Amino acid sequence: MVFLWVVLALVVLGLFFLWGAYNGLVNAKNVVKNAWAQIDVQLKRRFDLIPNLVETVKGYKNFEQETLIAVTKARTAVQGVPEGNIGERAKAEGELGAALSRLMVVVERYPELKANQNFLALQEELTGTENRISFSRQAYNDSVLQYNNKTQQFPGNIVAGMFNFKKEQEFLQATESEAEKKAPKVSF
Amino acid sequence: MMWEQIRSNRIRSLVLVAGMGAFLVLLGLLLGYVIAGSGIAGLVIALVIFGVMNLIAYTQGDSILLNVAGARKIKREDHPRLWNVVEEMQIASQLPKMPDIYIIDDPSLNAFATGRDINHASVAITSGLLQKLNRDELQGVIAHEMGHVKNRDVVLMAWCSVLLGTIVILSYYGSRFMMFGGMSGGSRRNSRDNNNGGGAAALIMILAFVLMILAPIFAQLIYFAVSRKREYLADASSALYTRNPEGLASALDKLAASTTPVKNANQATAPMYIVNPFRAKNLNDLTSTHPPIQERIRILRAMAGNASYTAYNEAFSQIKGKKGGIINPQTASLVGAVPVVRPAGADSGPIEPVSDKVERTREVSDMMLKLDNYEMIDCDCGARLKVPPALQGQTVRCPRCGRTHQT
Repeated sequence: MVFLWVVLALVVLGLFFLWGAYNGLVNAKNVVKNAWAQIDVQLKRRFDLIPNLVETVKGYKNFEQETLIAVTKARTAVQGVPEGNIGERAKAEGELGAALSRLMVVVERYPELKANQNFLALQEELTGTENRISFSRQAYNDSVLQYNNKTQQFPGNIVAGMFNFKKEQEFLQATESEAEKKAPKVSF
Repeated sequence: MMWEQIRSNRIRSLVLVAGMGAFLVLLGLLLGYVIAGSGIAGLVIALVIFGVMNLIAYTQGDSILLNVAGARKIKREDHPRLWNVVEEMQIASQLPKMPDIYIIDDPSLNAFATGRDINHASVAITSGLLQKLNRDELQGVIAHEMGHVKNRDVVLMAWCSVLLGTIVILSYYGSRFMMFGGMSGGSRRNSRDNNNGGGAAALIMILAFVLMILAPIFAQLIYFAVSRKREYLADASSALYTRNPEGLASALDKLAASTTPVKNANQATAPMYIVNPFRAKNLNDLTSTHPPIQERIRILRAMAGNASYTAYNEAFSQIKGKKGGIINPQTASLVGAVPVVRPAGADSGPIEPVSDKVERTREVSDMMLKLDNYEMIDCDCGARLKVPPALQGQTVRCPRCGRTHQT
């Protein structure tokens, strides 16, 4: 009789563990999903910011047209990537980021522009957006790391195996494209 | 990693709140017994006061606090940079909701976070601090405050301050009652009780007195101890979120250098600020609400290119000479190597090669300075420090990377 009770208690305990572990895994997975969506939101934000930026800079005479064109082109390229092609998208976004950072460097040569309140506000906005993108990537990586730890460490791995919580998801590489590497150095 | 940390936090918080709650119950029982002759009545009164205070704290707590501090809520247009930084840190910390942002018009340097739960949080910063910090440093400070929100410190602190407040109120009015009005009632009862053991009643009376004096002190000590520990944890969170411990370290440097006390701070709100708003003493005794600021800076700077909790733990052990670190090792180990990165738009990036013209100008100006008996120190980070002969003291800190040099 006692034996039966012990077995029953163990079973109940096991079920409780399973319950907790399963919910924990679902939670971790949803966090990963959410973090991924967040990156998208921030990329979109940058995308929307560009026309305004280009408009402000364009007004200055003698402004290097090449850089501006490069930014606009890169933006169009991002737009042209078919939905769901993550590799292509990452590459295009990388190019856009590089083009923007080059623009911000070139701007240093235009003191007039740097004195423009409107432009300064935009610059802060762009800095904030770039930071948001990198922080949302970072948050994504953190959440993936956590999810992976949960699915691989004992005893979570047993539960993960039982309910088919799949392997690690790809870490998002901080894309450093060719163009980014070629970004000109600042000289004071 | 995050919520594991929070879970162990929760247990500790529960123990703490339960401990303070036990104090409250005991105090209520004893006071009730001594003053009104019924422990239960005292307990009921204590719980009613606690309930009312809790209700106020829950519905009005943060706004009362922010009002007392003289904070005003801002919109994005009021300070886009601050707003951006908070939003960036909200993303990095994965908080579900953006906290409200407040500015305190005060030249002193400080910041704090408050709120009743993770979805109703506020971050406040003095205008003085806002002016003094560059973007990196501001990010470090805001990340520290977001750490407080994310680690549920603000919730715990709200609870604790209510408990503490109730205990203080009970003791205060209880002692007045016993001194004046209540004493006569007490002695009347004592004379009645004399028949069946006045000794026990007297003992309870003394016990009540002792508890009345000790309870507020103990409650406060618990409150402060928790607050100290949480400062370290928030520092570690800041490093993790920003991936840049130097940002907070150099902000703390600026905070340490300032001695202006915060106008509208008091003992009860002190644990909420990023550094102790009084700064009268910087000793690490039982009554200090914050760990010594220099120590916090040294720990952050000792993290050596890794921004994880593990790195913070190692740095903590190294600086404090204690094993094990501050953060639960089990939870800390869940985070692997997290390289430090410099965010975009950092005010101080790596040194770029300079043109010949600049190089020549620099050489000339250095020569002029040398003629004026300036001392030149080349820092490992590439910066050259030019130390004026009038400098007081033996050491100088590199403004770029924070290393100290002998002069």
